[in-house]
Amino acid sequence: MRRLLILFLLAGGLMSAPAAWAVEPGEILDDPVLEARARSLSAEIRCLVCQNQSIDDSDAELARELRLLIRERMVAGDSDDEIKAYLVSRYGEFVLFRPPVNLATAVLWFGPVVLLILGALAAVFYLKAQRIPEDGIAGALSEEERRRFDALLEETEEAQTSAQDEGRGEDPRS
Amino acid sequence: MKRSLLFALPVVLFAVLAGFFVWGLRDERNPSFVPSTMIDEPIPEFDFPGDPLLGDSGFGDEDLRQGRVVVINFFASWCVPCRAEHPFLSELVEQYGVVLWGVNHRDKPENAKAFLDELGDPYERIGVDDGRGIVSWGVYGLPETFVIDGAGRIRFHHRGPLFKKTMERDLLPVVQALQDQ
Amino acid sequence: MIAELGHFALTLALVVAVVQGIVPLLGAWRGRPNWMAVAEPAALLQLALVAGAFGALTIAYVTSDFTVANVVRNSHSAKPMLYKVAGVWGNHEGSMLLWVLILAIYGSAVALFGGNLPPTLKARVLSVQAWIAVGFLSFSLFTSNPFERVFPAPLDGRDLNPLLQDPGLAIHPPMLYLGYVGFSMAFSFAVAALIEGRVDAAWARWVRPWTLVAWCFLGAGIALGSWWAYYELGWGGWWFWDPVENVSFMPWLSGTALLHSAIVVERRGALKAWTILLAIVTFSLSLIGTFIVRSGLLTSVHAFATDPERGLFILALLTITIGGSLLLYAWRAPTLKGGGLFAPVSREGGLMLNNLLLSVACGTVFIGTMSPLFLEAFGHKISVGVPYYNITFVPIIGPLVAVMAVGPFLAWKRADLAGVLSRLKFVGLVSFLAGLGVYLLAGGGGVLAAVALTLALWLFLGTLLEWSDRVKLLRARPAESWRRIKGLPRAAHGMTLAHLGLAVAIAGMVGAAFWKQESIALLRPGESLTLGGYEFLLEGVSEARGPNYMAQRGRFRVTRDGELVALLSPEKRVYPVQNMPTTEAAILSTPLRDLYTVIGDPDGTGAYTVRIYIEPLVPWLWFGAGLMVLGGLVSLSDRRLRVGAPARRPVASRKVARA
Repeated sequence: MRRLLILFLLAGGLMSAPAAWAVEPGEILDDPVLEARARSLSAEIRCLVCQNQSIDDSDAELARELRLLIRERMVAGDSDDEIKAYLVSRYGEFVLFRPPVNLATAVLWFGPVVLLILGALAAVFYLKAQRIPEDGIAGALSEEERRRFDALLEETEEAQTSAQDEGRGEDPRS
Repeated sequence: MKRSLLFALPVVLFAVLAGFFVWGLRDERNPSFVPSTMIDEPIPEFDFPGDPLLGDSGFGDEDLRQGRVVVINFFASWCVPCRAEHPFLSELVEQYGVVLWGVNHRDKPENAKAFLDELGDPYERIGVDDGRGIVSWGVYGLPETFVIDGAGRIRFHHRGPLFKKTMERDLLPVVQALQDQ
Repeated sequence: MIAELGHFALTLALVVAVVQGIVPLLGAWRGRPNWMAVAEPAALLQLALVAGAFGALTIAYVTSDFTVANVVRNSHSAKPMLYKVAGVWGNHEGSMLLWVLILAIYGSAVALFGGNLPPTLKARVLSVQAWIAVGFLSFSLFTSNPFERVFPAPLDGRDLNPLLQDPGLAIHPPMLYLGYVGFSMAFSFAVAALIEGRVDAAWARWVRPWTLVAWCFLGAGIALGSWWAYYELGWGGWWFWDPVENVSFMPWLSGTALLHSAIVVERRGALKAWTILLAIVTFSLSLIGTFIVRSGLLTSVHAFATDPERGLFILALLTITIGGSLLLYAWRAPTLKGGGLFAPVSREGGLMLNNLLLSVACGTVFIGTMSPLFLEAFGHKISVGVPYYNITFVPIIGPLVAVMAVGPFLAWKRADLAGVLSRLKFVGLVSFLAGLGVYLLAGGGGVLAAVALTLALWLFLGTLLEWSDRVKLLRARPAESWRRIKGLPRAAHGMTLAHLGLAVAIAGMVGAAFWKQESIALLRPGESLTLGGYEFLLEGVSEARGPNYMAQRGRFRVTRDGELVALLSPEKRVYPVQNMPTTEAAILSTPLRDLYTVIGDPDGTGAYTVRIYIEPLVPWLWFGAGLMVLGGLVSLSDRRLRVGAPARRPVASRKVARA
């Protein structure tokens, strides 16, 4: 209960509504290249009073302030990294939607690749563990013959199924 | 044997995951809470001007480097939790003699005045912030409270309302330790 | 009175579920047909009772019975009837009741239509289902009772969140639950098979229809949710990698892998252990999803009211269900006999690769979603958002799409890759040229857009080629082709449709991601702005009223080269009870693009903020998703699935195949 209270109260100050207006006309920079840069950087900055939205998507006051701040700094010549560093110095790494790459986030960034490699290794071992005779499988039908065989198999099954359907009740295994 | 171990991997991984889930459900944990990065950092450059209705007592960063230990509180009349914490702020000042300065964030001075008239005015000084000021302080919600030492360094940063327990357990010891120096 | 009856029915359902969980299971173990026979009527009785409880809650909502706490919290007398009904499941307690109802429906479906299942398997499956029901019925009754009364009854309720008062979103939870809970069937089959110690082609064929049903519904539910976000949230976004979105996506990815893996088990008896694991994992992901949404573990726009006590209860459920089944897997899976051998390059090999890539993709989403929690335990607070998934998830899908075009051409056991690829030469060339064209001509996106579109076209044309090969389109007389089309098993048509659907959807995603045009401006009535060859004239802004909201409605006259294209009326609404504003964008969908208009706040001087978006190819996203679901449904109608696996008869009495 206490925890709920705190949760509510903390967010109570600058609560944002979910419907987003995001960038207002008055915020847009005159330089379209800079504005595009500002938009794409904003998409990577978390709105701290929202539930999982970026400042580009949110209409919270804080989001607006941060959008304006980003534009001001860009016009003043700061690079993207410098602006991000400033925001991290004020709010911590939590404010970035692209997490930094360091020892702590190693699992996050390298996990998928490791999974892929492990999975591929497992697949390779599985295939190698099957002992396939050298002369090939099933008397080496050619590719075309193989496909015709498969197609025939399917048609046979379909026919068998129809036959079963019509002769319902004859199935010895019920 | 090795093959059997492989089959046990999923359940082992799940056990680890469940462990994290149990940890995550702890009562004290708040997933939205952002820890502070401002502790031991110097205060930013800033200037919060005063307003005639609020005592005309604004302040800037220089005022916090004068050797006094000051508690800074960001508040607003439209902020519901600020109402809840206000009695404790008054207690801080009246009972413990703490120096308290307020930052009135994105508010109408007349509303702020009404708020203080109703609940009491513990602030020695009140500066007005039109909105941008909070970012340089690493503030994202209201209320938030800081303790600044005499050299302009942030020594304590609390997000959310300052209830009795936090006040007594966390804030006061810091203030007292600093004042003893 | 009705609420009490509903509560009573729910309690009885729990008792029935306990019986259903114990008796048939013992019966299967001891070989007692009478005990096993308890399963079927128990499942039907459970359905009747839970349906009764659900009906009682619905009546409370429809009659606006404000003595029921749940109705007070989530309804209002002025709300339109559709949303009074949708409000039943638009909250935690009611949605849990829906969960349990769908579980009971699936159980009854197995009871009624599982005539060709061996009795022991059927009994075990229904028992496992019953145990899941016991878990969730207990959860509902002990922590989330929807029938709590409140005295004195307030005059009116607190209304449903206005964002949820929308037809798309009203149907989205039932679709999702039909998916999540549907995977419980595959789970039950897998656990039953592990208990029996036997997984064979017949098992794979029985599992397939249930998995398909769940997969179709889940896909439809995800697509609906995404579509809703697109038209409701006001700026054309359709996927945000929000934790709750991710937990619906993961079972879908894993379920897709399961569907394909089951094919290998059915045809060749291989990949059994992997398929069983996928069946367990898919439902486990559904359960974990339920847990995350309702426990407050992660921040998300979707989260229900958070409560750690409920969280602990679900976690206990999870531990028993997932932990128990995985323990069973660790114990029994090694005893499953391996199946047919196959060369690395073969249909099985292709499906294995498909499995691998889909599983890694699912694992990536899992890592991304859970990492903030993992790292927080070690003192680091981070956010994982769209940029992360763009870098890690998208590159896995690329190879998957490439392989998808080739896979259906591969023969079982051993395939001639060179032959297949040479068959696809022309398709490859066309796709590459198209991609090159896109790179050179279309603005924005650069290499990424070109590569993605190349892959989408490769998949589209490759799939069409495979289908036309099978029906000998243009290479035999039309009558012959038509005969072949009718003769092809429905599952083949389904596969073709589903793969085509994915290609179309990817093209839509490329359009949305790279070629969106946007204009945000202040317009006065009478002013216009031009975007993408269209002119948008703001004719005026007027006031409008709805049953429980007030709105500002803008009127846009959209023309192209002077010709009238459409009249669009976006709104900005305010729902007074919850004091919440919403945007209602006005969208025109043409085959090639969406025209998206939004009206915002006035600036005090008579001008309004307007947002106009041109979204090229975006309608293809939803169309492609619809094709995928359609493909699944067509597959489902395959007669082989309904009749069951062909019986193994001695060769002598086998009927001669009709050509």
